[in-house]
Amino acid sequence: MFAKGAGILLLLLFAATAYATPDIKHWQTKKGAGVYFVEAHELPMVDIQMIFDAGSSRDDSKPGLALLTNVLLAEGAAGLTADEISQNFENLGAIYGQDADNDSASVRLRSMSDPGKLDPALKNFKHVLISPDFPQDAFERERNRTLIAISQKQQSPGDLAKDAFYAAVFNTHPYAVPSEGTEESLPQISTNNVAAFHKKYYVAGNAVIAIVGDLDRARAEQLANDLTEEMTQGEQASPIPEVSALTAAKTITIDHPSTQTHILVGQPGIKRGDPDYFPLYVGNHVLGGSGMVSQLFEEIREKRGFSYSAYSYFTPMRQPGPFVAGLQTRTDQAKEALQLLQKQLHTFVENGPTQAELDAAKKNITGGFPLRIDSNSDIVGYLGLIGFYGLPLDYLDTFNEKVESVTVEQIKDAFKRRLSPDKLVVVMVGPKTE
Amino acid sequence: MVLKLSMRAQSPGGHQVKAVLSIGFILMSFCAGQIARAEVQEFMLENGLKLLIKEDHRAPIVVSQVWYKVGSSYEHDGITGVSHALEHMMFKGTEKHPAGDFSRIISANGGQENAFTGADYTAYFQTLEKSRLPISFELEADRMRNLSLPADEFTKEIEVVKEERRWRTDDDPQSYTYEIMLATAFQTSPYRYPVIGWESDLEKMSIEDLRNWYSRWYAPGNATVVVVGDVVAEEVHDLAKKYFASLPAGETLTVDNQPEVEQLGIKRIKVKRPAELPYLLMSYKVPAFKTAVDYPDKVPEWEPYALEVLTGILDGGNSARFSKNLVRGREIASAIGISYDLSSRLDDLFVISGVPAQGHTIEQLEQAVRDEFEDLKMNAVSEQELERVKAQVVANDIYQKDSIFYQGMIIGVLEAVGLSWRNADEYVDRIKAVTAEQVQAVVKKYLIDDRLTVAELDPQPLDKSVKRPARGELNHVR
Repeated sequence: MFAKGAGILLLLLFAATAYATPDIKHWQTKKGAGVYFVEAHELPMVDIQMIFDAGSSRDDSKPGLALLTNVLLAEGAAGLTADEISQNFENLGAIYGQDADNDSASVRLRSMSDPGKLDPALKNFKHVLISPDFPQDAFERERNRTLIAISQKQQSPGDLAKDAFYAAVFNTHPYAVPSEGTEESLPQISTNNVAAFHKKYYVAGNAVIAIVGDLDRARAEQLANDLTEEMTQGEQASPIPEVSALTAAKTITIDHPSTQTHILVGQPGIKRGDPDYFPLYVGNHVLGGSGMVSQLFEEIREKRGFSYSAYSYFTPMRQPGPFVAGLQTRTDQAKEALQLLQKQLHTFVENGPTQAELDAAKKNITGGFPLRIDSNSDIVGYLGLIGFYGLPLDYLDTFNEKVESVTVEQIKDAFKRRLSPDKLVVVMVGPKTE
Repeated sequence: MVLKLSMRAQSPGGHQVKAVLSIGFILMSFCAGQIARAEVQEFMLENGLKLLIKEDHRAPIVVSQVWYKVGSSYEHDGITGVSHALEHMMFKGTEKHPAGDFSRIISANGGQENAFTGADYTAYFQTLEKSRLPISFELEADRMRNLSLPADEFTKEIEVVKEERRWRTDDDPQSYTYEIMLATAFQTSPYRYPVIGWESDLEKMSIEDLRNWYSRWYAPGNATVVVVGDVVAEEVHDLAKKYFASLPAGETLTVDNQPEVEQLGIKRIKVKRPAELPYLLMSYKVPAFKTAVDYPDKVPEWEPYALEVLTGILDGGNSARFSKNLVRGREIASAIGISYDLSSRLDDLFVISGVPAQGHTIEQLEQAVRDEFEDLKMNAVSEQELERVKAQVVANDIYQKDSIFYQGMIIGVLEAVGLSWRNADEYVDRIKAVTAEQVQAVVKKYLIDDRLTVAELDPQPLDKSVKRPARGELNHVR
């Protein structure tokens, strides 16, 4: 499959694919939070991520609530103002961060491992986690800033397409609504709602703690206990609703004064830990997941110059997250590009990859394995994923062998069972044609 | 720096340009100067190729980057975007490895690869498991001098570049405003050109333009190879000799840029574009570190560092003045940040970008930014603030070692702009040496109207059939 004269390249392809994986330690804090820890002494720093089952799928009748709660944690806590909280972190060179998506809400700390820096940073981190005050003025300001962020999406054809796609794919499921909420929902949220959300979900029994860095197990245990000691024990949040399969194809067009039309095509995909994960992941790598060598990239960009990006991916979530394929192209050729994209999808679901394509994908995925875990920030991300979604502790150790064991037949079978090309959502955002 | 880059490919679902308004915009360029204090080993091949190697044995991987000293600031009217278009065509094959081969081989070896073009450089990189470095060297050496540049591939690829321009700039009102701001602030400096090129230049660009550009700039004497990872420097040196040493040196090159003419007063522009939100850019002409090296009588060496500290005082986190006073405090800004790139090749801009909060106008936001500068001119920054910025710099110096790619990027940028990786070693100490008086001095010297360009995005209705109120007219949600 390679060009002439590539002898040395071929030789190296058969290098061993067994790589050292991080040694993950797992235990529970006294209050019942699951801890996932990797000791790494090369750099004098520590990364901590605390993840709660408190994402926007728990917004219920108040879309935007989970994200707003998450954003407001550091805007006033334990009697300290937002200025004081941020100074307390930044004077130490510590970095605080937070994030919320459909499934989870997380809070992060990166600090030097020197106890003179780490201990006070942790104390401040605890205030934010356990004792946020949700002051009224900060609440109103952050709600207004969220409304501005929602307005900003209206001027982005890509964002409009994404929101419309989720709405159509997930219908009445909470995944249908953006985490930021809407112009209608945000005014209905109060500080009481935020405080109640925090009280219910930011509890030890609903948390996972991921720690990577320059500390030993004993210190990590002490740190995790200390973080959760004053936290309510609480309990694991109840399961979120099931995602329903689509019953018919649906096309949504949105008129927007852009020069390109953004196209997204897809349907509900898979859960984290789904038994079909590996065949679908490896298969999609061939279809549109592998950057510059995928079928979609080749057919849409390399052969025809239609689009800067052309891709597909599964986003596994607590409930089946979306499968999506997309591109953006000059509006006068959008229909042609859409037809091509759909044809590629149909063909792939029908035929799967060739053996050569599958072999190449496996080489890319397994050969690139060391790149996935080459930094503390990568590793802490994997620990969070494993802990939050309950993936096996040997997820990284067995990753390559699971990829290697995937066959063309398994991919064909999984794609046929899991995707229905006759029931796709199609979203097109761009200037009205005709 | 973020906005000046254009990449060959975007990761699925990624939104590089959009991240601009959030806090990340600015920290990126603030951190960009924070440099690995490191044991870089330097080698020079006889054909002029420079090789910089930094051993980092934390993980069994290696990043290999080839930096060419060419980018949009090397271009001239009529051929803008040619450096970036050529970057795209670097994946379209040589006689030995036809179009598509490069990416297929890297992919089959588990590699990640991409390329990016900036104003001052064009760079290509692969991250690989460490034993596969020879693959990167073989392919990079081959395309350094032997690129085929077939006309039929160009015909398709220039359409991809035009789509990239539409996606990145034309359909993003803030990026579009930024592009016009650059072209207004700079009158003669080549920093006025967009990296991706003007649309009209892309329309008439030919494969001949690219062939000329390639034969002129792509040669060992104009390239630096940076390798960071789990390698042994001497072995990498031997490997580099094996693959790169036989390439002919190429001519000695200089680029003769027109200097920017002196600005004689404030410049103001308004950009009308379908959008929801107004957007403010205030750009002051300032020196970069390279300017201080080249013209020590005009620009003392501490000035760029003082500008760097100033960036930290105003925008280095949630406790910095912009967040504290303008986002919280007076609640005039919904988002605001600064970009200043210490490592530019030529005099550059200190850019404040912001979106007003509900109920506030662009004029009010501009005035609030000016109030912050007036305060800095009248009152020295506090010791506590200086200490905070310095603590962040010391910590970031450690944190950035978590990424081998980033370590390589710092070395590559410095080399590409004509500085040295050795400048990186001084960074933390130079920042620590900056005083409150020096911060005040750069505010007084550079943040003045005669150096200022103000650009405003004036939102036009997105849907022509519906009259939408401008954001400033809406009531607060209170």
